[in-house]
Amino acid sequence: MRRLVSDTLIIAERNLIRLPRAPELLIGFTLQPIMFVLLFRYVFGGAISTPGYSYVDFLIPGIIVQNTAFGGFATALGLNEDVRKGLIDRFRSLPMSRAAVLGGRTLSDVATNTLSITILLITGVIIGFTFHTSFADAVAGFGLLLLFGYAFSWFLAFLGLLVSSPESVNSVGFIAVFPLTFISSAFVPVASMPSGLRDFAEANPFTYVVDAVRHLWLGAPAGSSVWGAVVWSLAIVAVFAPLAVARYRRAAGQ
Amino acid sequence: MTDGPAIEVRGLVKRFGDVCALDGVDLTARQGQVLGLLGPNGAGKTTLVRVLATLLKPDAGTAHVLGLDVQHEASTLRERIGLAGQYAAVDENLTGLENLTMVGRLYGASRSSAKARGRELLERFDLVEAAGRPTKTYSGGMRRRLDLAAALVAKPPVLFLDEPTTGLDPRSRLGLWGVIEGLVAEGTTVLLTTQYLDEADRLTDAIAVIDHGRLIAEGTSDQLKDRLGGERLEIRLDDPADLDLAVGALAPMSDEPPTTEARLVRVGVRERRGAIVEAVRRLSEAGVGVDDLTLRRPTLDDVFLALTGHAAEDAREEQEREQERERAA
Repeated sequence: MRRLVSDTLIIAERNLIRLPRAPELLIGFTLQPIMFVLLFRYVFGGAISTPGYSYVDFLIPGIIVQNTAFGGFATALGLNEDVRKGLIDRFRSLPMSRAAVLGGRTLSDVATNTLSITILLITGVIIGFTFHTSFADAVAGFGLLLLFGYAFSWFLAFLGLLVSSPESVNSVGFIAVFPLTFISSAFVPVASMPSGLRDFAEANPFTYVVDAVRHLWLGAPAGSSVWGAVVWSLAIVAVFAPLAVARYRRAAGQ
Repeated sequence: MTDGPAIEVRGLVKRFGDVCALDGVDLTARQGQVLGLLGPNGAGKTTLVRVLATLLKPDAGTAHVLGLDVQHEASTLRERIGLAGQYAAVDENLTGLENLTMVGRLYGASRSSAKARGRELLERFDLVEAAGRPTKTYSGGMRRRLDLAAALVAKPPVLFLDEPTTGLDPRSRLGLWGVIEGLVAEGTTVLLTTQYLDEADRLTDAIAVIDHGRLIAEGTSDQLKDRLGGERLEIRLDDPADLDLAVGALAPMSDEPPTTEARLVRVGVRERRGAIVEAVRRLSEAGVGVDDLTLRRPTLDDVFLALTGHAAEDAREEQEREQERERAA
């Protein structure tokens, strides 16, 4: 167990050291979400009616949740590269903990998500976003985002080990993430959707997380959103962490 | 445990789908020995190394390294083996020193001692100047040296080298050979896979030839060459149209039919003494013009051709297919 913790930290440190040296990923974490915020706020914002809130207040929690889902792409792409380049073979031949490579990956996503959430919040505040709740609630919302991002990284870890190339990580990942985030309460009120879509959106974990963050940041009615978001996060880890570890044990480099 | 063989493999079987990558392999390496695993691509060499390095579970049979079972004592074993391969598994966004320090810490060393060991290895492998550069700026030979250094971080008594020089230019190859020879001099047991016969000839004490997942011959390089029955006569003809005439004239000198290739005729001769004179006499009686004629010991290439029925370099695509299968499995 001590070994699992120290090996996980060593791998997480490695991932963070290499991050600034592969700038295209860093740009993905910083510039791209800012672009999305500005596009939604100024292009779509005027056309979407969000009763009770200004669109910028409505949008920021939604877009930040979408962004934490994309944060896990660093894990998916990184693991995929490690398999292809033979690094996974090296790790598997070392007397290190078998779960540490995946644990270190998903842990370093927490660090990059902290960075990108902060950047998005600053951008949001600049264009008019305000917290309507206490500092403690705001921090709880931040924590919930990190928890959900961490859980989603395990799904993407599994994906990264499952498919053969970074191109397929991107295409399969986008096909999974875009419908999940768009058919949710992230960008438009669920009530505005046709009934079939609305049913999907109401069960969607992204809706739970977005609603929970809106509760914690804007004081929107909580309903079942907060505990629903926590349960969904734990369920995603419970399903995908064992799947990813099983896949890792079998992963073969070139 | 310390007196037993370094590597002992019995009846090892590994299948990928309906392809049998290892079909009942038996193999032994003494401690301190350099055992060359020679075979065309797709023969099963890499699969065998992966089983021994605890990366792949066999379907049947047993394998012990330093007396430890590769399946049931894998985690103890991992502390005592090093693996380096043809794909130079280093993180290209980390520097040379960061790579070695990370590996050292994953072996359980503290940060400072892992770093000290890293510096020592960089020195030894002539990478000091590049120590602070990300390895994506390294040449192929430098990466291979760093990969080998990473395998040596914990001073493992047994080292697996999977095609260590494949794809390197001749100069880097010679450099890497020198490094491997240095290790061997220190008593490390090495299992080396290669498809280069000159590499096996130069580095190994014993050679196991493997093809289609089976061990087809074993022995020292000299023993294998002797199995071919001594000397080979190689004759280049003036006129390729005379090939059949030449083969007919030379056939009585050998137990096996001569082989031909373009203007070349190759004959394994029973007796070195007088072979040249007799060949020239027979050819001139048959009216065949000779451009060049040599008598030489068989090379490992000849051994390979005789044992497997195809040349060592022929089956390159076959390995690519094997790797595809491994990845699909």
